[in-house]
Amino acid sequence: MTALLKLTGVTAYYGAIQALKGVDLEVNKGEIVTLIGSNGAGKSTLMMTICGNPRARDGHIHYDSQEITRLPTFEIMRRGLAQSPEGRRIFPRMTVHENLLMGAFGRPPHEAVQTMEQVFTLFPRLKERMAQRGGTLSGGEQQMLAIGRALMSRPRLLLLDEPSLGLAPLVVKLIFGAIRELNRTTGLTVLLVEQNAFQALRLAHRGYVLVNGAITMAGPGAELLARPEIRAAYLEGAH
Amino acid sequence: MAYALQQIINGVTLGMIYGLIAVGYTMVYGIIGMINFAHGDIFMIGAFLSLMGLTVLSALGITSVPLALAITLILACGIAALYGWTVERIAYRPLRGSFRLAPLISAIGMSIVLQNFVQVSQGARDLNLMPLIPGGFKVMEQDGFVVQLSWMQVMISVTTLVMLAIFTWLVTKTSLGRSMRACEQDIKMATLLGIDTDRTISLTFVIGAALATVAGMMFLLYYGSINFYIGFSAGVKAFTAAVLGGIGSLPGAVLGGLAIGLIESLWSGYASVPYKDVAAFSVLAIVLIFMPSGLLGRADIEKV
Repeated sequence: MTALLKLTGVTAYYGAIQALKGVDLEVNKGEIVTLIGSNGAGKSTLMMTICGNPRARDGHIHYDSQEITRLPTFEIMRRGLAQSPEGRRIFPRMTVHENLLMGAFGRPPHEAVQTMEQVFTLFPRLKERMAQRGGTLSGGEQQMLAIGRALMSRPRLLLLDEPSLGLAPLVVKLIFGAIRELNRTTGLTVLLVEQNAFQALRLAHRGYVLVNGAITMAGPGAELLARPEIRAAYLEGAH
Repeated sequence: MAYALQQIINGVTLGMIYGLIAVGYTMVYGIIGMINFAHGDIFMIGAFLSLMGLTVLSALGITSVPLALAITLILACGIAALYGWTVERIAYRPLRGSFRLAPLISAIGMSIVLQNFVQVSQGARDLNLMPLIPGGFKVMEQDGFVVQLSWMQVMISVTTLVMLAIFTWLVTKTSLGRSMRACEQDIKMATLLGIDTDRTISLTFVIGAALATVAGMMFLLYYGSINFYIGFSAGVKAFTAAVLGGIGSLPGAVLGGLAIGLIESLWSGYASVPYKDVAAFSVLAIVLIFMPSGLLGRADIEKV
């Protein structure tokens, strides 16, 4: 298999604080890979570092066999990656429709219309809310919008940062179902960051465990789920 | 009655000029959330560039007024846009991401720099232009008092309304407008969507400067006399208009401009000329007490 995304020895800093300590990670074409870890482990930093903000200090990031480590964020994102970031970051004073159009930035309008229909098939709720301002949506709707907006660029690699955060179990189920569906039908490659380890590992083909900015474990989702140390650290009490 | 009507006509014209400048303030605010105090000075530079352009063209023997105006407008907009781009590049961009007051102070500094630059290079005296668009028509006559509406006044109102329509369309309907608003609402997210935010913000200032030039040219044609200080005096009024109308709202800017213009001309006509600014600013204060976000400003209701 060929790696669509490959990180080798990536470090990142916030000022003097080292957030990533030499991360190696691979996402192959057509895979769903999840990155689990507790609060503050550096999961979101890793997602943002892939997108060049903050820039990786050491190491290399390759996307589609090309080095993107030193590129500005907007150029990285134009290569076929899309992120639904931590905190959703919906444009609050734009309508749902406009938020989705933002996702299709730089693409011809007729393609945007087409992709939007697909997003609406995935999340019919967004169609009902089309003229409503992003800031007035519920948390679950905002999450759908954030994912929908990311899909509007027709990415080959979708970076999803904690899509389940703060949402009702039923909504989480719906969103995870949508991710599985997209992966199965369109072959979309997904890198999923989650605190909800149980759900994430069941969905993913492979998983990585991030502790204090370093990868400590990696393997197929089912295998990680079975490991006692994973169960103790991330799954105790949950489900 | 006739006198009142004449004051209203003059007030509307003045208000439309304020509104035209105010649209520039409010647009930049709506896009990057800062008050570009140098906008008034770009307006002044636009007026000077127009004067130079018209003078040079008439020396070259171009006698057709519409042609001269069109050529001048294009050239002046281009050069002023370069000023706008430069101001953003050297005074605002290095401060992006720092605390909110920093670019504001830098903008005031830039305004002083531009003012002094023009004062030194063009002199402090008033420069004059012959009326290029003379004439008008008689609206009514009462007891020997003739109410006049000049073509120039019509042109100013039409220009402002057309510009308002164009900019509203640009900001609300186009891809560029959406990326501009995205920069204001969440600049980090905008880059995550593949938007070159530096370029978008530069473009905002380039467009804002072109708009200021249109206003500068109208001012020059209407009053026929300019100096280095008009950017400050008209700029402060336009800024007031933008705040009164609700900063960030394009129609609000023109509405605010009209309100200030009418208050000034009616107060001058019926009360006292020296106190016209007091009247205008008093109305601003009173409106802001009861409507803190201005006449058409948005009240932020958001779920986070």
